Amino acid sequence: MKRIFGFLLGLTLALLLTLFAGENPWNVFTILVRSAFGSMYDLGLTLSYTTPLIFCGLSVAIGFHAGLFNIGAEGQMTMAVVTAAAVGVLFPQVPFPLAPILAVLAALAAGGLWGWIAGWLRAERGSHEVIITIMMNFIAAGLAGWFALKIIPNPESQNPETALISPNYMFKDYDLIARLFPDTPANASLIFAIVIAVLMWIFLWKTAWGFKLRAVGANPEAAHRSGISEKKVQIAAMTLAGALAGFVALSEVVGSAGQYRIGFSPDYGFIGIAVALMASNNPLGIIVSAFLMGALHKGASDLDLETSTITRDFSRIIQALVILGVVAQGYWEWFKHKRRKG
Amino acid sequence: METMPWILALTLATLRLATPLIFASMGGLMSERSGVVNVALEGFMLMGAFAGAVVGYSYASAWAGWCAALIAGLAIGALYAFFVIELKADQIITGMAFNLLVMGLIPFITKILYSSTGSTPALLVEDRFTFEPLLLAIALVAAISFWMYRTRSGLWVLFAGEHPEALTASGVSVRKVRWAAVTLSGGFAAFGGASLSLFLASSYSPLMTGGRGFMALAALIFGKWKPVPALAACILFAFADAIQIRLQGVKIGGIEIPVQFVQILPYIVTIIALAGFIGKSRAPKALGHQ
Repeated sequence: MKRIFGFLLGLTLALLLTLFAGENPWNVFTILVRSAFGSMYDLGLTLSYTTPLIFCGLSVAIGFHAGLFNIGAEGQMTMAVVTAAAVGVLFPQVPFPLAPILAVLAALAAGGLWGWIAGWLRAERGSHEVIITIMMNFIAAGLAGWFALKIIPNPESQNPETALISPNYMFKDYDLIARLFPDTPANASLIFAIVIAVLMWIFLWKTAWGFKLRAVGANPEAAHRSGISEKKVQIAAMTLAGALAGFVALSEVVGSAGQYRIGFSPDYGFIGIAVALMASNNPLGIIVSAFLMGALHKGASDLDLETSTITRDFSRIIQALVILGVVAQGYWEWFKHKRRKG
Repeated sequence: METMPWILALTLATLRLATPLIFASMGGLMSERSGVVNVALEGFMLMGAFAGAVVGYSYASAWAGWCAALIAGLAIGALYAFFVIELKADQIITGMAFNLLVMGLIPFITKILYSSTGSTPALLVEDRFTFEPLLLAIALVAAISFWMYRTRSGLWVLFAGEHPEALTASGVSVRKVRWAAVTLSGGFAAFGGASLSLFLASSYSPLMTGGRGFMALAALIFGKWKPVPALAACILFAFADAIQIRLQGVKIGGIEIPVQFVQILPYIVTIIALAGFIGKSRAPKALGHQ
């Protein structure tokens, strides 16, 4: 309940800010809602943001459950997406049902590797995972950019993107969601994301592995004394986090675009932080909060066109204030304290 | 290629590039030695870079921009202090939220001020700093290393980070010490940002810090949370950055190194520094504890 209040508080504050730009906050709010849900096209775009946000939210959440802050979902996702594109471009002969599976597995491995590096450095060398993952984000952007532009560039376009993957890799013909929302990148990966979220819920609360992971996050010392290796758990958690972020390759490359486009992500990895926090890191809640943040992001990107003074960057303000509204729950006690004093 | 001028140029470039890192890591030092984790340095720097560039341009004076950066930095530092000290919000998550907030607010303000979301208008070359921030940065390190270990108020900060209960017992409010330290942290980090926009460049461009706030934090950890070693670490990272700029487009054995490989060099050096030496580095005892 408090989280919902925190979300509403953050959103309200963000909308009030638009007063400074000479806009009517209520007007901005209606634009947000209309451009998120106004038509099947808008809804399709909202859902196409929801899918990667579920994956990135899960990635951040599994880190939190193990007591780690994974700000590296962005880089892990980038490595995965460029890897999937590379597989699809370099091995065009692989037949259909095998091809997408191969591409996604390669993507998961790349994302997992990127997470593993941060997890290993944290567990074995004690390096702060926040700084390491931020640095890894920059490195991923550099490597992926080089690979996309120098090794497999798109010969038919001047845009910074890779060549298109072979059609064998795409499941468009079987995709009912894509048919429901024509001309949008929405695709069946959404269903897959929901399944993964449910699986992660089962993993965390119904398996011994999940229990160990949460034990390390809740109290590393107690976990250590009861014989759980926190190093192993930290490395495993970051690797899983990387792989979860890597699933974005499914919705982005195999499911819709068919290529890696530099800058395709509006910082999904960072919005994932807000998604995870709003849901208290509960995988099932993440499905809902990813949808909400996806809607806000879609809504905010239309502010460029619909208002004269507010741009798509407004989405970041909303995200930041929502995170603050949710995480700074201390204001309850603070106000109570003030009232007692005064 | 003449070796001597090349070395001289590289040294000067290193010192220039070190300036923003030094300010930011001194900002980080203030906050973290008082016991408050600060991953918001990146946002504080952006704030300083932006405020400095806007005011510096309007008054055609780098010093005016410098003062504006300080005020903006102190303000956002105080706001961060309010969240983590008064509201007891998670320090790392709040810090990241502050970074996001600044990244969203700056284009929001530029759109209102200049009807664009890109760079701010540039200062004239003769209006911008030529060397002053570098000297100020080194003076700041010297001042902090004296103040922190030799004066009463400096020791308060150290005790707030190591033994807050002892500080409370001696009748000093840990809360107030942390408030002051975190607020100043914003001011120093903002100087770092302003040295980017008024010294290394002559305007603000979007996300111009490029992770320097986090590198400054890494330098602080690498420097074991001590002023002079942190300065040395900043110079090391700046050296990697200077090399990076020099290597762009250079051919080795007839093969040009891809620019992207060169650009990631400072980030790799940062990771190696954190991974290789952190074992010997010890954080302030009460760091991150409420």
